[in-house]
Amino acid sequence: MKDPLLPHLVEMQSWQQESELVFTFQVAPPEEYGSFRAGQFNMLYLPGMGESAISISGDPADRNHLTHTVRAVGNVTRALHGLRPPARIGLRGPFGRGWPLAAAEGRELLLMAGGIGLAPLRPVLFQALAAPERYQRVTLLLGARSPEEILYSEQLLRWKSDAGLQFLATVDVASAAWRGDVGVITDLVQRAAINPQQTVAMVCGPEIMLRFCARRLRELGVASDAIHVSLERHMQCGTGFCGHCQLGPYFLCKDGPVFAYPAVEPYLMTQEF
Amino acid sequence: MLMQRWTPRDLQALIDGLRAEGVRVLGPRVGDAAILYDEIETLPIGCGDEQAPGHYRLTARHDQSRFGYNLGPSTWKQFLFPPEEAIFRVQDGEFISCREQPDKMAFFGVRACELAAISIQDRVFIGDFADPGYASRRENLLLIAVNCSQASGNCFCASTGDGPAVGVGADLILTELRPEDPYYLVEAQTEAGQLMMSAIGGPAAATGEIDARDEVLAATRLQMQREFATEGIAEALYSALDHPHWDVVAERCLACGNCTQVCPTCFCSSTREHVNPVGLGVTHMRRWESCFAADHSYLSGGVVRPSVKSRYRQWLTHKLAGWELQFGVSGCTGCGRCISWCPVGIDLTEEVAEIRRPL
Ligand SMILES: Cc1cc2nc3c(=O)[nH]c(=O)nc-3n(C[C@H](O)[C@H](O)[C@H](O)COP(=O)(O)OP(=O)(O)OC[C@H]3O[C@@H](n4cnc5c(N)ncnc54)[C@H](O)[C@@H]3O)c2cc1C
Ligand code: SF4
Ligand code: SF4
Ligand code: SF4
Ligand code: FES
Repeated sequence: MKDPLLPHLVEMQSWQQESELVFTFQVAPPEEYGSFRAGQFNMLYLPGMGESAISISGDPADRNHLTHTVRAVGNVTRALHGLRPPARIGLRGPFGRGWPLAAAEGRELLLMAGGIGLAPLRPVLFQALAAPERYQRVTLLLGARSPEEILYSEQLLRWKSDAGLQFLATVDVASAAWRGDVGVITDLVQRAAINPQQTVAMVCGPEIMLRFCARRLRELGVASDAIHVSLERHMQCGTGFCGHCQLGPYFLCKDGPVFAYPAVEPYLMTQEF
Repeated sequence: MLMQRWTPRDLQALIDGLRAEGVRVLGPRVGDAAILYDEIETLPIGCGDEQAPGHYRLTARHDQSRFGYNLGPSTWKQFLFPPEEAIFRVQDGEFISCREQPDKMAFFGVRACELAAISIQDRVFIGDFADPGYASRRENLLLIAVNCSQASGNCFCASTGDGPAVGVGADLILTELRPEDPYYLVEAQTEAGQLMMSAIGGPAAATGEIDARDEVLAATRLQMQREFATEGIAEALYSALDHPHWDVVAERCLACGNCTQVCPTCFCSSTREHVNPVGLGVTHMRRWESCFAADHSYLSGGVVRPSVKSRYRQWLTHKLAGWELQFGVSGCTGCGRCISWCPVGIDLTEEVAEIRRPL
């Protein structure tokens, strides 16, 4: 019997700094890996350190690399920060349900990301911008602490100029060179050209941001069930065994991490649930 | 299949026979002033218990009964989903599975609610994903169940629908009659059970004895003091997440996690890295965890459930509401263990009744 808890040994192919604490690296997929869907995650393992749930941030069409973007916050993620190719790490996956990209075909895609929340949304951009005829418009609204902390900025600007991405960013604290907005991400919604009735929204970031974005989108007339969020809870298995990732009746690891907002709203609105 | 009539000596012959075949026979043993489940050679005789919220005491029944007590703090879960288990180890850069072919086990004296709890954990560990350790232990298991001929002060399986009559899934079902000089009605539900019956032999039971079994079960049902309304409970709890009574329970609850430890269906676990002696690498271990532990819900931004109130609410809503939506069954089989072993005697049936009371 296959053991869903036994990691595969994979080799790091590249490692790149994104900002002070954030970095992106690629590993060679294990042989039996297959493909992943935008929004899914892997469990990454370092011997003696433990395992962490990390979204796959690369192109779903690329079968030769699995890309992860990580913020160094604890044991595993700090240790990953110090590794360089050809380091070997443990990996199992992919886990979870991804973004409902098929359901969004023929409509407008509106992505809203806060900080590292862009990582699980980038595969959506790869996929949607490779087949732009499938969507009326693709928009990315991004919030970051400072301009230096905007992830993948060169690529995003390239997508904006060459691939028709509508891209707006806002920061909490601007630098002298910053020409963009300062303030909260919900204010960007007004400045973007969107057709609320046609919009399918995909939102990832801190929980408070999700709640405010959902409220703002509804006020604009986006249908509640067209708002999808990716949630975070502590995860130790990815398979529904360990119980840590529960939110009400859901296991985030297998029922999520992506949910239609109305399904999780009552639980997110309950304090300390 | 006919029902047989066994003597206490036949029960012993079954234990001996299984052991002779190399089966690990696990069953009740008196230890630490409680009935515990452990490897056994014989069954305890004349033991009873007295249970109330926050209270458990072994008593002497002054009879020859082998099953005259109810549930102690042990659960069968400890053998199928061990409290600590090695998952894999890392040596010389390779990941090596620690899953092993398990011993053949027989659980002797499984009660109706416990059989239900095993089938509930089956859904957790052999569902969308299968845990190979759990699955292989489960495949190599004989279940020798017993109908309860008495209920403890904390039992409420009649309310949850899980007992006191043993349901499906057992290999053998025993019913103890006439405790002062006991004999046993024996039924098989599986081929393995039929094999055990033909190996031991014994006369066919008379029709009157089948009625005696049903009378015993009816009397057990009547003994249960707790009633628990399960209908509509998931919606009721999820619509009462802000009920003021959660604060009232939280004032008494110590967040000790005893209730989750003794509960036969709780499945939460945490992993840890065990550093082996030099040269033997690292082992990735999994051990039982409780949603009452502070770090059960930690995130880089902090703990999701810092207050005792939020943790009690997690336990109760998961057990009685979330479970139903996750696995199609309630997470509570009415065994009453969490009531007996709560140091402050919190009784979930009473708490639910408070929370369901309209404001
Ligand atoms: C579906 C999903 C996708 C994710 N994708 C990404 C991603 O793409 N990139 C990314 O960077 N992150 C991602 N995360 C978050 C990531 O999994 C967590 O940040 C993870 O905990 C980091 O692991 P670590 O071992 O480095 O940190 P840990 O050592 O687990 O520490 C994390 C935090 O918890 C605290 N902590 C540690 N142990 C305890 C304890 N026992 N009690 C209380 N607090 C404690 C630490 O102080 C720290 O603040 C994702 C999470 C989920 C659920
Ligand atoms: S919740 Fe309590 S009564 Fe119900 S199965 Fe668990 S320990 Fe038994
Ligand atoms: S979350 Fe709590 S109640 Fe649910 S299985 Fe885990 S320990 Fe038991
Ligand atoms: S309900 Fe009782 S057993 Fe459970 S955590 Fe609270 S004090 Fe402990
Ligand atoms: S991560 Fe373990 S149950 Fe979801």
